[in-house]
Order: sequence, then C-alpha cells, then structure tokens
Amino acid sequence: MRRYRPRTFALEMLMVAVAAAFGFPLYVLLNLSVRDPHDTASAVAPTTSPTLANYGDAWQKAGLGGAIANSLVVTVVSVVVLVVVSSLAAYPLARVSARWSRWTFLAVMGGLLLPFQLALIPLYQTVRDLGLLGSLWSLVLFYSGLQVPFSVFLYTGFLRALPRDYEEAALIDGCSPLQAFRRVVFPLLRPITGTVVILNAVFVWNDFLTPLLYLSGSDQQTIPVAIFGFVGQYVSDWQLVFAGLVIGLVPVLLVYFLMQRHIIKGFAGGLKG
Amino acid sequence: MSGSVDAKPSALAGGSAPVVARGGHRPGRDARPSPARVRRRSVAPWWFLAPAVVLYVFVTVVPSVQGAGLAFTDWDGLDPVKHFVGLDNFRQILHDDAARAAVTQTLVIAVAITVIQNAVGLLLALGVNSRIRSRNVLRVLLFAPAVMTPVVTAYLWKYVLAPDGALNGLLGAVGLGSLEQNWLGDPTLALWCVIGVVVWQFAGYSMVIFLAGLQSIPEEIYEAADVDGAGPVRRFWHVLLPMLAPATTINLMLSIIGGLKLFDQIWVMTNGGPGHATENLSTLIYKGAFQFNEFAYSIALALILTLFVAVISSGQYWLLRRQERATQ
Repeated sequence: MRRYRPRTFALEMLMVAVAAAFGFPLYVLLNLSVRDPHDTASAVAPTTSPTLANYGDAWQKAGLGGAIANSLVVTVVSVVVLVVVSSLAAYPLARVSARWSRWTFLAVMGGLLLPFQLALIPLYQTVRDLGLLGSLWSLVLFYSGLQVPFSVFLYTGFLRALPRDYEEAALIDGCSPLQAFRRVVFPLLRPITGTVVILNAVFVWNDFLTPLLYLSGSDQQTIPVAIFGFVGQYVSDWQLVFAGLVIGLVPVLLVYFLMQRHIIKGFAGGLKG
Repeated sequence: MSGSVDAKPSALAGGSAPVVARGGHRPGRDARPSPARVRRRSVAPWWFLAPAVVLYVFVTVVPSVQGAGLAFTDWDGLDPVKHFVGLDNFRQILHDDAARAAVTQTLVIAVAITVIQNAVGLLLALGVNSRIRSRNVLRVLLFAPAVMTPVVTAYLWKYVLAPDGALNGLLGAVGLGSLEQNWLGDPTLALWCVIGVVVWQFAGYSMVIFLAGLQSIPEEIYEAADVDGAGPVRRFWHVLLPMLAPATTINLMLSIIGGLKLFDQIWVMTNGGPGHATENLSTLIYKGAFQFNEFAYSIALALILTLFVAVISSGQYWLLRRQERATQ
C-alpha cells in the first residue's frame, strides 16, 4: 500500500487550494445573498451582520414556490414516463434478434445523433397548433420523446448482459410476457433504472431552452425560466438576485448531497453506455 | 448498492452488442428456427416497443425530418405558403457575418471546452485518486457544479466577471489591480470567459468518469511498471493513458457534443455579444426563429449544427467500437 508521505501532504494542500478556487464563486454567492442591500463592502469580504431578509423577498418576487412545484411535476412525470416506456422498449430490443428488432434499435439510436435544435422549430409549431403552448404537458411530452433514445440505450445494454433464466422460469410457470416483465425483469433492472432516473432528472430539472420557448407568455414557469425572468427584472439588485439564485439551487443540491454516492456513480457509470 | 457496480461493464457490453449480433457471434439463430427461438419471440412481444417509438417519432423523427425539408424553403413560420428555394438559405449563411462567426465560434467553443475540460478533469481525477485524506470530500465538492442549473451558475459568473464584480474585487484586494478587466465586455476575453465557465461547471463531470476508469486499473499493473523501472512520466503515458482509453472516449464525446450545443451559459452571460463575439449556432438559431421570424434560415443553421453533431458522434462511436474490439 502507498503511504502518506510529505509528497502526499503537498498534494493534499494543492488539491484543497484548487477546490477553494472552484468554490470561490459559490462563496461569493452565499456571502452576498445574506448581505443587507445598503452594505457596500467588497463582495469578497465576509458579510458582517448577515440577514435572511433577501430570501423572503426573493421568494415572493420571483414566484419561486410555484416554479419549484412546476419543475417537480415536470421532472417526476417525465422521468416516470421515460422509465416505463424505455425499459419496456428495451426488452424486445435486447431479447429478440430478428431483423425488425435490430433495425428498430438502430433507428432509435439514430436519435442520439440529432441535436434537438433541428426538431425545435417544427415541433414548436406543432405544439402551438395543438394548443399546448404554455402547458406543462408540452414539456412532459417533449422530454419523454427527446430522452427515449438515450434511456433505451442504457436499458438495452444492461438487459443484454442479464441472464434470461429468471424470466424463462416465470414464463414456464404461466406468466404472461407483461407479467414476467413487471414482476421479474423490471426489478432486476434496478441499478440501471437508478442511472436512468438520475441522468434524466438532472437534465429535465436544469433545462432552460425548452421551457423558455414552450412556456413563454404563460404564468407557468419552471425554475430556470423563473430565475431568468426574475434576474431580468431586478438585475441591479444583486443581493436580492443572489438570494433567488441560492433558492433555485437548494432543491438540486439538497438531493445531491443526500444521495451523492448514487448520483456520482450514475454519472460516472451510466454514460459508459 | 453493489448492483450499480455491475452496471458499468454491462452498459459497456451493451454498446458493442449490436455488432456482436450482426457479426454472427451466435451463429445460426436466424437461419435455423428452433423451438427455443419461437418461445423467445413470445418472451418479448414487439408491442412493448410501441409507446417509446410513438413518443420518439412524434417528438424527434417527424419534426427533424420536417426541419431538414424546411431548411430548403423560404418559410417564415406564419405564412402557410412556402416555396422551395434550393440552397438559398445556405448561400445566405455564407454571406452573413453573424452566421459565419457563429459557425466558427461553435467549433472553437466545442474544441476548447473539450481539450481544457478533459485536461482539468484528468488532473483532478489523478489528485483525488491518491492517498490524500480529503479525497472523498473533494470528489463530492468538485462534482457539485455539474448538477447545478446552468442558468443559475451563469448568472453567478456574470456577476463575478462584471467590471465591479467579485473577480476584479479579488484581484484588487490581493494587489493585482493591474490585471482587472472588463471580462465580458472585451470580445476575445468574453469568448474565453464563456469557455472557462463551462469548464468550471463540468470539469468535475469529466473527473468522475476518469476516476471510474482509474479505479478499474488493477494495482498490480502500477507495481509491475514500478518493478520494470518506469518513472512517473512514462507510467502516465504508457500505462495510465492507454488504460484510460474508454473513459477518455466517453469524456471527449460528452464534452464535444455538449460544447457544440451550448446555449444557456451564452444566453445568460453575453447574449452572443459583445457584437457577435460569443454567438454560436444555438443562440443564432433561437434569435433567428423567435426574435426575427426567419424560421427557414434558422432551420438551415440547425441543419449545419446537426451535421457537426452527427459526424462527430458517429466518428467517436466508431472509435469506441474499434477500441473495444482491440481490448477484447
């Protein structure tokens, strides 16, 4: 085993310094968010007499409560839809080697090559014609379709390495294919389902361009759009803005620090697919 | 959660599976129907695919095909009548300074992010893969920006980089006032600031992927290299980097595609300015379509972006394949 040597200590100091440099903007963020608007000290100096007044102000003015609820609904529903439809679709793609299965797999994987910018404008028109602009459902529909290729890709890769014995036993015992999938296969997919949930949830929660388009002009907002509008309105009031930014980050950071092991593993491992 | 450790190799295997099937790794399955084959067909019926395929076709396939067609028309988004104009939109792009700048900057931003983010990510991964005591805490902290909402971090940085912002304040406070800049006001600096902010946010992402690669290298390989008298530099080039090839390929692919599609950070920090100094295809597509009603022109720009993304990702995919076959 390698030991803790003076060189290791030097490396430790260096890494801590690097992490401090990475954390500098976040220090500024927290530091200003608790500062009285009339306090004109440098942004770098620690705030004397911190206050939480900005937070209450920002919460009201930015309508963050509603935005958090909307983001939550869109994220949860989209991710649930993605998990259900992608795992179902991956099952025949992984188990059947007939031509239709291989071609469908390739056709769905083609979606990984298409940036959504190409579909963005025609889809915007379709959503408008359907009267779905300004509705959270347009977002759910969009994310569910957009993330299918990636989610199917992860599920198919995992399923191909999973032995068939359990599901074949279930079928012999008289299960229908759907029952076998629901009771036997899906539970075995748990590790990759975790990855699919984490990667899609972070993507949907943070996405900005889609809700900016599909929700514009409505009173429905997700967090990134609410923050965007809020900062545009109070741009010179940095203490207030920063409190709003912190509130915008709290939900995602809370989940991250509670589940950091799983989340890091999801990001590090899942993308090998 | 030992299960998710299993997920890694299997997800890798998934990537290569279609070739295995096509290359006849299990010969005779298609040629010779057997009772087992018939039963397997009923194991996973085709209609399991239906919901996913319907969503995919509605959201991605149909609008993309429509888009590819509309790029060759004069559609303005409102008038239902549109005419086929051939390559006119692309000719116009060639003569449009903003569009030419956007194409160049899209590529510059993507390449710069890819190179810098992965270099930083690899160094961070090597740092936290050592014996240092803070390695677990640092790993969690350095990855944290990667889950943050880009709109939020971009506003934060917009303030940090403002003329009277925190960075200039810090430089002044430590006696480096001569280095103070109008970071986002200068065309060249602004472009590099955007790149730097993306690297700041996602270097930790590259780090965790490299780290997973580093941890899969058996300790004995280092010891063997040590015994053979390889110094740290040679160990890095001849032992570490080749073993990290799969992680590197994934990292390169993620960062270059993310870099090509970059939107949020530019939109918030500079809106493409000053002038068109930080404009890229994504910001110009948005402006063209939703601010100037030049729908067909925007879609032509989107088609160029699609070409970049498709060529680069299929190239990377091919490389990954070749690598996997080489290591099998």
